[in-house]
Amino acid sequence: MTESAFTCQQLVELVTEYLDGGLEPQERLAFERHVAICPPCRGYLAQLRKLKRTAGGLREEDLPPQLRDGLLQMFHDWKGSAPKK
Amino acid sequence: MAVDPPPARTVTLDNSLTTPPGQPEPLPSEQDEGAAGDRRLLEDLRKGNETAFTELVDRYGPSMLRVARLYVRSHSVAEEVVQETWLKVLQALDGFEGRSSLRTWIFVILGNCARRRGERESRSVSFTALGGGDEPSVSADRFFPAGHPRWGGMWTTLVDGWEQIPDERLLTGEAREQIRAAVEALPSNYATVFTLRDVEGWDGAEVAALLGISAENQRVLLHRARNRIRAALEEYFERSDR
Repeated sequence: MTESAFTCQQLVELVTEYLDGGLEPQERLAFERHVAICPPCRGYLAQLRKLKRTAGGLREEDLPPQLRDGLLQMFHDWKGSAPKK
Repeated sequence: MAVDPPPARTVTLDNSLTTPPGQPEPLPSEQDEGAAGDRRLLEDLRKGNETAFTELVDRYGPSMLRVARLYVRSHSVAEEVVQETWLKVLQALDGFEGRSSLRTWIFVILGNCARRRGERESRSVSFTALGGGDEPSVSADRFFPAGHPRWGGMWTTLVDGWEQIPDERLLTGEAREQIRAAVEALPSNYATVFTLRDVEGWDGAEVAALLGISAENQRVLLHRARNRIRAALEEYFERSDR
């Protein structure tokens, strides 16, 4: 058994599964061994990790005020028409 | 010594590597502030409490709008979808039994409304169809051919550059616009999974359940989406002077 259980081209297909914790323990180990000795795969993994981590920063906007107001108005109308408990 | 290269793009591992059962522990989920909070909000909402409604609208509204836009891609129609969804939510409140989280329930209704509108705009998206066939994560020309005596399947170039850029720079100005544009350019099903998983922070099981696809397909969509965005960013940062 050599340390390269898979090629770089195969490894890149497994990264999301790896990041999701979906690899079997042995696969995970082989994955990590490969990455440890392979700078380009390390760079690739770092990029996907970074993308995953920073993507959350894309969601800062609030609702447009007129939509929010419209929703509250709709709520009042619903409240006025619906039988309450 | 010549390495015997496995065919390119198969991801099956050497059998000697696979072990019997034993699931890897799932990563901690970022989701769900809790069923108790859901129940309280629901009770208040059923009583017509406006604060509860505002809280929900502020919590989920922006995500709903983003998801709706993935189906209809016109801002004003997306807003209508969000409005229609909330009306349906209110009307169906009494029927909600809490078998899924409140959030999942709301987003299922959103998905139905958005799909209907999308169909009318001929932007209907089938989530069960993966499309794209056997799309490689990274263009095959970045690797030595499988038959190469020594380097088959290995990178031909370094992969470096933008992963070292500070997050703040990636999330501001032109770089941010590049990411946005890359997401917009994705097929709708890729964009939806990416938005829910990476932008909104949902976990895989919840996204799969919402979209009615298998966990595996959900992961394939996410993986392809991430890779297309990765490639777009790579190209962008190669063009610009780092």
